[in-house]
Amino acid sequence: MKITPFNIIAGILLIVGFIIIVFRFSLGLGAVTNLNQENPWGLWIGFDVLCGVTLAAGGYVIASAVHLFGLKDYRIVLRSAILTGFLGYFFVVVGLMFDLGRPWRLPYPMFVSLGAQSVMFLVAWHVALYLTVQFLEFSPAVFEWINWKTAHKWASRILAGACIAGVILSTLHQSALGALFLLAPTKVHPLWYSPLIPIFFFVSSIIAGLSMVIFESTLSHRIFKNQVDPAQHEQLNRVTLGLGRAASVGLLCYFFLKLVGLAHDGTWDLLGTPMGTWFLVEILIFVLLPCFLFAWGVRNKNMSLVRFTALLTVIGIVINRLNISVIGFNIDATERYFPSWMEFAVTIAIVTLGLVTFRWIVNRMPVLREHPEYEEAL
Amino acid sequence: MSKACLVDLTRCIGCRGCQVACKQWNKLPAETTEFFARSGGYQNPPALSTKTYTLVTYNEIEDSSGRVNWVFSKRQCMHCLEPSCVSACLVKALEKTKEPEGPVVYHENLCMGCRYCMIACPFDIPKFEYEKAIPSIRKCTFCFDRQEDGEMPACAKACMTGAILYGERNELLDVAKSRIYSDPDDKYVHHIYGEHEAGGTAWMYISDAPFEDLGFPMNVGTTPYPRFTSTFLGAVPQIIILWAGLLTGFHWFVKRREEVAEEELTNTEKEG
Repeated sequence: MKITPFNIIAGILLIVGFIIIVFRFSLGLGAVTNLNQENPWGLWIGFDVLCGVTLAAGGYVIASAVHLFGLKDYRIVLRSAILTGFLGYFFVVVGLMFDLGRPWRLPYPMFVSLGAQSVMFLVAWHVALYLTVQFLEFSPAVFEWINWKTAHKWASRILAGACIAGVILSTLHQSALGALFLLAPTKVHPLWYSPLIPIFFFVSSIIAGLSMVIFESTLSHRIFKNQVDPAQHEQLNRVTLGLGRAASVGLLCYFFLKLVGLAHDGTWDLLGTPMGTWFLVEILIFVLLPCFLFAWGVRNKNMSLVRFTALLTVIGIVINRLNISVIGFNIDATERYFPSWMEFAVTIAIVTLGLVTFRWIVNRMPVLREHPEYEEAL
Repeated sequence: MSKACLVDLTRCIGCRGCQVACKQWNKLPAETTEFFARSGGYQNPPALSTKTYTLVTYNEIEDSSGRVNWVFSKRQCMHCLEPSCVSACLVKALEKTKEPEGPVVYHENLCMGCRYCMIACPFDIPKFEYEKAIPSIRKCTFCFDRQEDGEMPACAKACMTGAILYGERNELLDVAKSRIYSDPDDKYVHHIYGEHEAGGTAWMYISDAPFEDLGFPMNVGTTPYPRFTSTFLGAVPQIIILWAGLLTGFHWFVKRREEVAEEELTNTEKEG
C-alpha cells in the first residue's frame, strides 16, 4: 500500500479506534462511552446501526430498479450500490458487536433462545438474512474476479429471486428499526413518536438509498477514474438525474406522510416549543427543501445542484434517526447524554474501515468497470 | 391466580428495612452514599441501580393545611402483568413466570446485553452493568426464589408497619379499595397506582399524597405495552406474502414486455 495522506490519516484513525475497542472489551462500556441508565442507546446505535442500515438502502433500491422494473441503464450504478449496501450492513454488525454487552451471543436469537415476540428479533434475523442475500447479489463480481465461470452462471441466474427476497427483507427490517421505538411512547419525543414510525422509516430509507447512490457514485467516479469506462461516465449524468427525480417524488411523499403523522398524533401544538422548531428545521430544510432542489436541479440538468441535494438529504435522514434515538430521546431525563470523544473515534474508525474495504474491493473486482469476458452479465 | 404486593404509603415510616432486607437476600453490595446527594435529602442511594433493586424515596409534600410532610415511597420493578421488557427481549432473557404467577425474572445466561429492555420499560427499571467487561442487566426479581418456596418477598417480610402487603392481586385490590373508600377522613387519593398503569402491574400503591408529586410516571397510560408492537409484528407475514406475490408478478410483467418487444423487432426485420 502506498503512503498517501489518506492512508496515513486512515491508519491513525484505525489504530485509535482499535485501542479504544480494546479498552471497551476489557473494562466495559462505561469506560469508553457516556451511556447511562437513562440513555442506554447512544451514538453507536443511533448512528452506526440506525443510520448505517438506512444509508445502505441503495442496494435494494437499485437492485429492484434493474431486476424488477427493467431499468437496464441503471446497471452502471448497480454493483457499487450493492457493494455499498453489503459493506454498510457488514459494518453495522461490526458496530453492533462493540455496543452489545455480550456480542459473542450474536447467534442466540437464531439458534439458542428465540424471542419471536420481539421486534428486535425480526431485525436480527432480517439483517442476517439480508446480509446473505446481498452477498449473493454481489457474488457475480467475485466470481468474475477469480474467473470461475460455472459459479458465475449459477449466481447470475438467481439474481431476480435474490432481489425480490432483498426487497421483502429490506421493507421489513427498515420499518422494524422504526418499530423498535414503538415500545417507548413516553421516551421518544412526541413530535417523533408515532404509530406510523415503521412507514416513515421505510419510505425515508428509499430516499436515503437514492441519495446515497448519487453521492457514492459521484465520489467513486472521481476517486476511481481509472476504473471507469468513459462511456459509462457519460451515462452517469443521466442516471443521476433519474435518481434525483425519484428522490424528489420520494421526499414529497415523505413530507406529506410526516404531516399526516402530526395530524394523526395531534401534536401540532408542540411545534411552538424549541423541539418543535428543531422538528420544523428537519422537515422543512432537510425534507421539503431538497425535494424542490432535486426537482429544480433535474429540470435544469444542474448536476452539481443534484449532487449537493443528495448530500443534504443524507444529512437530513441522519438527523432524523438521531432525533428519534438520541437527541429527542428521554428529553426530561436527569442525566442527559452526549457521546464521549471515544464513541466518536470508534464511529469514525468504523466508517474509515468501510471506506478502505470499499477501495480494496473496487480496485480488484469488476464493480465500476465491466469485465471484458462477462459483458452480458448484469 | 396472580401474586402481587400492595404498598400503603400512609403506613411507611421510611425505616428502609425493606431496602436492607433486599440487599441481604439478593447478596447485593453496598453503595457509597451521602446525605443530600439529590433533592431527596436523606434518600439514599439517590436512585435505583445495578446494586440497589429497591429504594425508599423521600418526598417533601405540602398538605392542605400548608404543612410540609415527608411521604416515603418504596420503589422497585412493578412486575407488569404484560411486561414491555419481556416483549422487547429477542432472546427470552426476561420472563413473566407462571408458577407462581407474578414475577418478571431475568436469565443472565441468555442475555446479549442489547439494552432494548431498558428502552422499553416505562418505569426505567432494568439497570445495566456499564462498568463490567461481562455485563448483565440487574433488577428486582420479586424474590421469585422465595415465592417458589411459598415465602413472601424479603422486603414485604421485613416491613414492620405492614405498609407492604403480599397476596393475591384481586384480593389486594379489594383491600386497597376498602381502605380508600372507607377511610373516615377520606385521606387517600382515589387512585390505585398500578391497577391499570401499563395494563396493570403486580406492585400497586395507595397514597394520601398525589402520585405525580412522589415521582411516579403519570404518562404511562393503561395500554399493555406489548400491544404497541403487536400490530406491526402481525403485519409482517402479510407483507412478506403480498410483496412476494406482487414483486414476482411485476418481474414477469416487465420480462414479458421485453420479450414481446424483441419478437416484434425480429418480425419487422424479417418483413423488411
